[in-house]
Amino acid sequence: MSATTSHLVVVGGGMVAQRLVEALLARVDAAADGPAWRVTVLAEEARVPYDRVALTSFFSGRTADDLVLGDRALWDDPRVDLRLGEAVTALDRDARTVATSTGAAYAYDALVLATGSSAFVPPVPGKDLPGVFVYRTLDDVEGLRAHVAALTAERAATGGGPVTGAVVGGGLLGLEAAGALAALGATSHVVEFAPRLMPLQVDEGGGEALKRLVEGLGVSVHTATATARLHAHEEGPRAGHVARMEFAPRVGADGADGADGAEAGDVLDVDVVVFAAGVRPRDELARAAGLPVGPRGGVVVDLTCRTEDPAIWAVGEVACLEGRCLGLVAPGYTMAEVVADHLVGGEAVFPGADLSTKLKLLGVDVASFGDAMGAAPGALSVVYADPVAGVYKKLVLSDDARTLLGGVLVGDASSYAALRPMLGTALGGDPSAWLLPEGAEGGAAQAALPDEATVCSCNNVSAGRIRDAVRCDGCTDVGAVKACTRAGTSCGSCLPLVKKLVTVELESAGVTVSKALCEHFAQTRAQLFDIVRVTGIRTFTDLVERYGTGRGCDICKPVVASVLSSLGAGHVLEGEQAALQDTNDHVMANMQKDGTYSVVPRIPGGEVTPEGLVAIGQVAQDFGLYTKITGGQRIDLFGARIEQLPQIWERLVAAGFESGHAYGKSLRTVKSCVGQTWCRFGVQDSVGMAVGLELRYRGLRSPHKIKLGVSGCARECAEARGKDVGVIATDKGWNVYVGGNGGFTPRHAQLLAEDLDDETLVRTVDRFLAYYVRTADRLQRTAPWLEEIEGGVDHVRAVVLEDSLGIAADLDAQMAAHVAGYEDEWAATLADPEKLRRFASFVNAPGTADPDLAYVPERGQRRPATAAERGLAAPAGAAPGPAGPTPAPGPRTPGGVLVAGPTLEVMPR
Amino acid sequence: MTTTAPAPLAPTPLGHAAPRPVPDGALRAAAPADRWHPVCALDDLVAERGAAALVDGVQVALFRLHDGTVRAVDHRDPASGANVMARGLVGTRGAVPTVAGPLYKQVFDLTTGRCLDDPALALGVHEVQVAGGTVLVRVHGGPPAGADGR
Repeated sequence: MSATTSHLVVVGGGMVAQRLVEALLARVDAAADGPAWRVTVLAEEARVPYDRVALTSFFSGRTADDLVLGDRALWDDPRVDLRLGEAVTALDRDARTVATSTGAAYAYDALVLATGSSAFVPPVPGKDLPGVFVYRTLDDVEGLRAHVAALTAERAATGGGPVTGAVVGGGLLGLEAAGALAALGATSHVVEFAPRLMPLQVDEGGGEALKRLVEGLGVSVHTATATARLHAHEEGPRAGHVARMEFAPRVGADGADGADGAEAGDVLDVDVVVFAAGVRPRDELARAAGLPVGPRGGVVVDLTCRTEDPAIWAVGEVACLEGRCLGLVAPGYTMAEVVADHLVGGEAVFPGADLSTKLKLLGVDVASFGDAMGAAPGALSVVYADPVAGVYKKLVLSDDARTLLGGVLVGDASSYAALRPMLGTALGGDPSAWLLPEGAEGGAAQAALPDEATVCSCNNVSAGRIRDAVRCDGCTDVGAVKACTRAGTSCGSCLPLVKKLVTVELESAGVTVSKALCEHFAQTRAQLFDIVRVTGIRTFTDLVERYGTGRGCDICKPVVASVLSSLGAGHVLEGEQAALQDTNDHVMANMQKDGTYSVVPRIPGGEVTPEGLVAIGQVAQDFGLYTKITGGQRIDLFGARIEQLPQIWERLVAAGFESGHAYGKSLRTVKSCVGQTWCRFGVQDSVGMAVGLELRYRGLRSPHKIKLGVSGCARECAEARGKDVGVIATDKGWNVYVGGNGGFTPRHAQLLAEDLDDETLVRTVDRFLAYYVRTADRLQRTAPWLEEIEGGVDHVRAVVLEDSLGIAADLDAQMAAHVAGYEDEWAATLADPEKLRRFASFVNAPGTADPDLAYVPERGQRRPATAAERGLAAPAGAAPGPAGPTPAPGPRTPGGVLVAGPTLEVMPR
Repeated sequence: MTTTAPAPLAPTPLGHAAPRPVPDGALRAAAPADRWHPVCALDDLVAERGAAALVDGVQVALFRLHDGTVRAVDHRDPASGANVMARGLVGTRGAVPTVAGPLYKQVFDLTTGRCLDDPALALGVHEVQVAGGTVLVRVHGGPPAGADGR
């Protein structure tokens, strides 16, 4: 670190600002002798920088939290001061200070303008009426959502029709907004001034295909139509709110042609209007400070992103580079990297923007890259169109039909990831092969991608960098390459190609990617599952002799035990299976640090009778167990010695309890809120559903633990979206979410299906779980499984809802067999003297407690003594304990800490 | 240094009836300090699973392997200090018979007591023989083989 620390002030807290701070700190950390910086980020929005590109996913179940960008630790770095809700109001270039809305002033050594854009609202009369929105920030979309929800409720109460929304603008953002309105249940219209949708990205043919696809989804499209004014309701509860759109006479048209457009003077009744007609750079600070701005706005910068003032830079949408502002995040990120490089003494220049786009609008794939319009002299186009399937693809080639210049893909953009990096290079072979559905993979061509081709344009990662990561950095899978290069960490559209490159590189380096479970089995867990399912093998010995080597280990044995159990091979302690069970499964309890166990009886749905509670409490008291409520709405009893487990369970089983499988890779709990039966907000019986689901899936062995949750309304008190399967009640039934978890890497579950009735819900969860049990890797929870599986959640949805693999009946049968075959493991064990022999503390002294156990009292219960407490205790003489029969060796009180042997009863205080 | 006696031994004159306790005799005379203790019947041990035993006040973990031989190591897990080794999973690594620590999953060589994942850890090894269907153990005190003081 150098002696002086310079101060960077970043104006704006958007995606590019976040990337700039991240990039700067990474560079500062990498160069020990480089300049030192501290950073103040002044953000107008009161939110930590979030993924604005994914704004629309807010309507498909993601929350504001899900959209937070990057590692939150960035904002905890002592060198970074992120000030939210503090807008910069003035810039004094001579004094090198900025003033903010809170009245504060900040001096800077370097200033970066990253103010982005604001939504452009055309000067249409009525544009400020209530019910008119723009589509730019999280606050905008939250406002839109609340408004549509309120209108919907109002309509439902008065028996009115659906809410109607219109979006002004048929570009990228406009179609996203239309999708958002549709997701909110509104009838949706798109009004576009140009003669086609997405006029900047796709050509006429692509626009036509897009229009057909979008209309097929119930969105009305009005192209070549301008909005003249918005009218308000004159009376009624919504008086003063927007009521109607009036269209302008068509430019150059007489109203007779262009049947898809609205006629001049036509009106459309609307309840909500969203303007998505483009953006304008937020360059007002720069203008006021006398910095040059471009002809259409934006702060003029050179190729290093520096303005006329050497201490001031501009990045992202507010920067006017080579005469234009770039409205995509990828070039913004590149600018952030360029500025970060200069701040640490580098000399990077902006390499030119990749304006390629791929997105899924309303479920329709659209991609545009390079010279999509074929503007280059002599450019040739190869077009494939299938109006029935709703597919339009075009490649733009150089005049010799060899070099790829650009393209448009509508309806099927699967070849985008492979084609885009080929821009400017020879395609090789017949270009039409890239357009035909079977050519989509383009296997050989992808592998031959030049090193300098950009694969991930969000993070500017080349094919060569990805190959290097495998060749030089020792990455052996996509996850490692992502972490190492950041490829695919933003929008993810390049991941199929990254995967392909990594695989090819590993193969050519002679590295075989081992999918082997362990040294004893070359197969994956899923393959072993299929082997067992198809061959009917029912013992580990058979399996390892026919398909493996050696005698197994702590990796493969529990896996085989789980697979056998999933496929109905009987009790976990039956015959040879007993030897396969992991330590905890073998005694059906959870080992704690001192070698004693915790016991968790099943409490389905978290519902327990007073009698049940008393019974558990009595057991805990009689055996002196430490008692704690778990996060899964049940009760954990700690400190049970192995030889006590059968006695404890005899009591619990007699009181009507069953094993809670807290020890197993299996269903743990189904957490629920109290639901409709008691809660004034509940719309379904969430406890009843939770109990039903827990009783259905109890005992199901799986690749990892499974947790479920059921909430009785959208308030989500059961935190179901943090579960592997989350069920949330709606007015019409149940929404089901999958792939959530807490723990080390928390994930929110993603929406799988909506408004299911009870029967369909259960069938859907059945199939989802059965498919997961069949195909996931060892210790792979549902979230990474969904990420890994080819096709992701869409594929799984197709499998469970549409039976796309033709295995639904099989999955149903698998679950039916599980349900029919369930028995309580503990009750069955208690009935079998042979199994009970496993609970001896010592084979030659079955009832003797481990004499090394030692406990101290704490907050009215007991806990294991620490090493220090034991050390102190060892030489001390016996002293009488405060309670109960004295165990051997007797309680001792060295230095005031009571240390007892294998048992310590603590009297209630 | 301790090693495991080859097992199973041919039945000894003492073991033919497999009664408990084994009467004192030649074995004890050969090693008065570390005498052989009959612990249980071979049939009391489940194949490829462990069982704990209290021998001369020492907690021993016994393992009956797939080939019928029996191994004995410390029951105390050097990684956690808890007496749990007999509850670990039995397996093989290459040709070596192993047990995995139940708490932190280090794998130990059941023949030498050496930890194959962490050279700082080791289990003490005790001698075992099976005589006439009875498992006998001779306990060795002192630091476990291979431990470097941790």
